[in-house]
Amino acid sequence: MTTYIIRRILWGIVLLFLVSLLTFLFFYIFPAVNPAQLRAGRNPSPAIVAYIAKELGTNKPIYTQFYDYMKGIILHFNFGFSYYSQASVIGLIKNRLPATLSLTVGAVVMWLCAGIPVGVLSAIKRRTFFDRAAMGTALVFVSMPVYWLGLIVLYLFAADIGKFPILPGSSTYVGLTTDPGQWFTSLILPWFVLAATSAAIYSRLLRGSLLEVMGEDYIRTARAKGLSERRVIWKHGVRSAITPIVTVLGLDLGTLLGGAVLVETVFDIPGIGRLNYDAILHSDIPIVQGTVLIAAMFIVVANIVVDISYAYLDPRVRY
Amino acid sequence: MSPLLEVEDLRVSFPTEDGVVHAVDGISYSVDTGKSLGVVGESGSGKSVSSLTMLGLTRSQGARIEGRIMFDGEDLITMPDSGLRKLRGNDIAMIFQDPLSSLHPFFKVGAQLTEAVLTHRKVSKSAARARALELLEVVGIPDPDRRVNEYPHEFSGGMRQRAMIAMALANEPKLLIADEPTTALDVTVQAQILALLEDLQRRLGMAIVIITHDLGVVAEIADSIAVMYAGRIVERGTADQIFHAPQHPYTWGLLMSIPRLNSPRGDELVPIAGRPPSLINRPSGCYFHPRCPYVQDAHRRVDPRLAPVNGDDGHTAACLLDPGVRTRIWEGVQSGRDVASLRRLAGSGSSAAGGSAVGGSAGGGSEAGGLGGGASVSEARAPEAQQ
Repeated sequence: MTTYIIRRILWGIVLLFLVSLLTFLFFYIFPAVNPAQLRAGRNPSPAIVAYIAKELGTNKPIYTQFYDYMKGIILHFNFGFSYYSQASVIGLIKNRLPATLSLTVGAVVMWLCAGIPVGVLSAIKRRTFFDRAAMGTALVFVSMPVYWLGLIVLYLFAADIGKFPILPGSSTYVGLTTDPGQWFTSLILPWFVLAATSAAIYSRLLRGSLLEVMGEDYIRTARAKGLSERRVIWKHGVRSAITPIVTVLGLDLGTLLGGAVLVETVFDIPGIGRLNYDAILHSDIPIVQGTVLIAAMFIVVANIVVDISYAYLDPRVRY
Repeated sequence: MSPLLEVEDLRVSFPTEDGVVHAVDGISYSVDTGKSLGVVGESGSGKSVSSLTMLGLTRSQGARIEGRIMFDGEDLITMPDSGLRKLRGNDIAMIFQDPLSSLHPFFKVGAQLTEAVLTHRKVSKSAARARALELLEVVGIPDPDRRVNEYPHEFSGGMRQRAMIAMALANEPKLLIADEPTTALDVTVQAQILALLEDLQRRLGMAIVIITHDLGVVAEIADSIAVMYAGRIVERGTADQIFHAPQHPYTWGLLMSIPRLNSPRGDELVPIAGRPPSLINRPSGCYFHPRCPYVQDAHRRVDPRLAPVNGDDGHTAACLLDPGVRTRIWEGVQSGRDVASLRRLAGSGSSAAGGSAVGGSAGGGSEAGGLGGGASVSEARAPEAQQ
């Protein structure tokens, strides 16, 4: 097992190296324009371009540039400098991380609390009205574009513009330490929007998985032992059926930590996704490059964690 | 002393898209404390359904269940699920065919054992664990201290089945139902498991119902045997009676199909021709008639019922042929007489015993030949068979 973990981590590092290389190629080598000019913003003066060029070392050979670039990342955690925002990329990302984390964790909790019970109940009450209603609703939510749902929700419930103004709308986010009450209420609608689609997917997934598990022989054995039906379903059934959920959860988490661009934009939450979006609008290349790398890192780590957790969930899995 | 378990005219049917499946069609048997009954039949004979029904495990499938199952004086069919749950894994325990798929793959064996104990007994966790270790020893699993912390997939096939048996014994059941316990195991391990079951039965005074398609398994362990076909019992008796004086052509087929170690090398196995009938559209008359080598015309119309075999206490068979004729046919089969002459023997038959009235559609004369022992009971069925 330890060898497996070490092996996965090593391969993860190789993967991250490859992602870094690709990022480097896309943002330093491929652009038709001089990379220094790309980073200088609109209508730069030649002096600024020359300065940036010197900082970046664009006159050095490519491999030297790449070496410097990688050294910066690995040793100094230096993801570059945004000339547009006049701040280090990593500094900006660190600033935005709490908001993204708040959004992600809250949404995950919400969608697990909704998706798992609904999935289990639908499986138990298969083909009843509840099942059909639940799965139908899930299908509707899965089909909704996230930004559309976000706008609808704002239109209905936002305090400033909604028909039934009960919750804070967009641009109301504050940090947890600043004002916990407002932090919480401002995130309710974004959490809901982010959670709706996932809860739908997870409930459908769990329903299918549980239905399959409930037909297994060991469930029959559990009943033959005299266990209560609730115990049979939750302890024996759900425990087996939850494995695909954990897998998908890990991957979803990894993706979300890279920034939920759509939700952050609709609700104006200062997270990494919003940072990325704004940077693209302003052609602020270093930030885009930095967020791409950070997002890739989260996903690689999430994949490794999910694979390792498999061995803990299912003792038959041997690495 | 009244029997521990008494099944009376049990009928179980399931509605399906293709029609109603009559899985169990009026079976009755009983098991005394400390005795074992072997229920033998091919796949699809209804043997598993009857035992699952005993524990109420067929109720969720929309089954229609009729009859009575008396266990220790109470009817299990009318008992609510809460009552049945108190019996399951407690007074009545069940083990299944494939121990690898029947044990939960994610839980350690020890945990599954302690769960069996703690479900029915209010004891401390450590007491339950001690019991788990004790049980592993009782069923002959070596090194129980280590094994108790292992997962089912880390056990060998025979050990897994022993672990299942240990789990079933956790609360000292009065009745153990073993559904094909050795089918998934290889032959040497089969023998060990059967010996274990016999030993446990003797020590614990437990009744056993063992369900199998293999008469060889049943010869070892069963005191009495019920042969099932198409949801019915076609022959019932002590192990001695069934093996030495079988009275139903299906039983003969089963006995003759057992491979023998000492048969000459080139000899082919002797199967029973045809396949088990659909339980949705069952054959008319005697259910076995499409596959019976000794079928007579009347057998296609008249449905035999279990009737006592003359002179043999407790031995019943459901066959329209005369018992005397059947005995002679069986002797002929054993001595290797050719089928054609045996068929003639079946066709001639002795005259209908005592001139008993042959009502309904059964014709008189030589056509009805062989309607001896079964006739008096089959009359009531004959009009139905016509429908």
